[in-house]
Amino acid sequence: MVGRAGRALLSRRRRELFFGVIVLALLAALPLGVHGAYLRGLIVLALLYAGLSQAWNILGGYCGQISLGHALYFGIGAYTSALLFTRVGISPLIGMFAGGLLSGLSALLVGIPCFRLSGHYYAIATIVIGMMAALLASNWDFINAAQGITIPFHGEAWQNLQFRTAVLPFHYVMLVYAALMWLIAWVIEGSRWGFHWRAVKDDVTAARSLGVSIYPSKLAAAAISGAATGIGGALYAQYVGFIDPESAFDLSLSVLIALPAVVGGIGTLWGPLLGAAVLIPVQQLSVAWFGSAAGGIDLMVYGALIMVLALSRPEGLVSFFHTRARQEVIDHG
Amino acid sequence: MAEPLLRIREISKSFGSVAANVDISFDVAEGEILGLIGPNGAGKSSLFNIIAGEIVPDRGEILFAGQRISGIGAVACAKLGIGRTFQVVRSFDSMTVLENVMVGAFLRARRTRAALRRAEEVIALCGLAGRSDTAAHRLSPPEKRRLEIARALATEPRLLLLDEVLTGLTPTEAREGMQLVRGLRAQGITIIMVEHVMEVLLPLVDRAVVLNLGRKLMEGVPAEIVRHPEVIRAYLGDRYSG
Repeated sequence: MVGRAGRALLSRRRRELFFGVIVLALLAALPLGVHGAYLRGLIVLALLYAGLSQAWNILGGYCGQISLGHALYFGIGAYTSALLFTRVGISPLIGMFAGGLLSGLSALLVGIPCFRLSGHYYAIATIVIGMMAALLASNWDFINAAQGITIPFHGEAWQNLQFRTAVLPFHYVMLVYAALMWLIAWVIEGSRWGFHWRAVKDDVTAARSLGVSIYPSKLAAAAISGAATGIGGALYAQYVGFIDPESAFDLSLSVLIALPAVVGGIGTLWGPLLGAAVLIPVQQLSVAWFGSAAGGIDLMVYGALIMVLALSRPEGLVSFFHTRARQEVIDHG
Repeated sequence: MAEPLLRIREISKSFGSVAANVDISFDVAEGEILGLIGPNGAGKSSLFNIIAGEIVPDRGEILFAGQRISGIGAVACAKLGIGRTFQVVRSFDSMTVLENVMVGAFLRARRTRAALRRAEEVIALCGLAGRSDTAAHRLSPPEKRRLEIARALATEPRLLLLDEVLTGLTPTEAREGMQLVRGLRAQGITIIMVEHVMEVLLPLVDRAVVLNLGRKLMEGVPAEIVRHPEVIRAYLGDRYSG
């Protein structure tokens, strides 16, 4: 028999799931009301980043290990899938899981030394490792070094993840990706692992005293987060049809992956989606309006928006939707 | 007599040039409430953390249910059945009371529902039932102490280490706290309590170990402790002894 407080917790989780299904249905219907390749492309990108940022959130938000090197996992996923497709002819539907596997393994390899560091030092180490990987990728001839990889069009087919009208099918591809990432986060929130990870984030000494192994917890979170990010990278490669170290390994990409979760609400179910829904359009529109060549005005606008959000809503955009009781937990920060 | 649940054998620990514990030995019987007392700097916290596995002793060993636990670490100690609270409370502040306690319950429970049930049980036992949905950081200081106990209890410990859980409470709160501790012992949980205020502790414990300047001064039943001139000297100074 679960008591009153337990039932409240379980029904809160059921409500989240129900709400998630409604949002999924709305997003699936979105192309009916949105026409034009540009706007649709914007939404595809926002969905991709919602998924990527949720993948980041698993490690950064729930487990509290801030990584600024997730481009590494994105890049490994993108390159693995693209190379398997272009050189060996393996479908990206399989290649993305191979990419995810390699990304997850590399997240473990990064974590094994770096989780010995704590707090800011972990974040700094991930930046450095990410930049090293970008440099290596730019000089590694086997993967075409700085020239990158062009994925030739093999004809419209789901098993190639290639479509003549590239935008609409990818709306659904990215929607499935974002929805799965959301679902993974939802499952984790209610599971033993999720509780352990949040305990690790809040207080490692107390967590240890309750039998939570800190290091394995961090490694598990990193592996899942890295693998999920790699799958997103593989999808991105198929969507754009071209990847190079600049677009798949750059530090700015690591920041872009982390930002929606941070702005939307770190360690929350809805933060990454909300953050991506606001940030990606603003970022793309400011490039369109001010031009990326005009002395970086687009970046200033973008930066200003993030500052305003960070100052007025330090706990993230999700806090607009919180009930008072939930707010109390988050206010503490 | 049955094998003691906990055997502390010649434990020594130094931090730099400061000897926190020197050659400490004593036993704790199953089902006993043992007090660990001594003035500030006596080495209570150090010894407490050594038993909990958080600190590795320089010398000596600790046996828990016949198994050597010194040096195995806090996580392994928790798994074997040693629960603890913290003197400076360490609640998980991004979680509610219920969620805090569930972290502890997940040590034995694999499934969420089982963890929920266990957590609700100990929350009720610790008198926090009305506060389950409250954010942990919103609790009053005495409630936070109860949360610490509830969280440790959720791990289903055989031995519970309580670090100054009665300090700084009003007389009513302290009485409620003492009732809670007695109730836990009635369930068969062995308890070691650290307090530096003797008056609070002595009515509650079966036996007490007195530490002073890192060494064991004496151990015995409360009536022996309060009469012992060394104890009086350690606490009150030479003027009051003899």
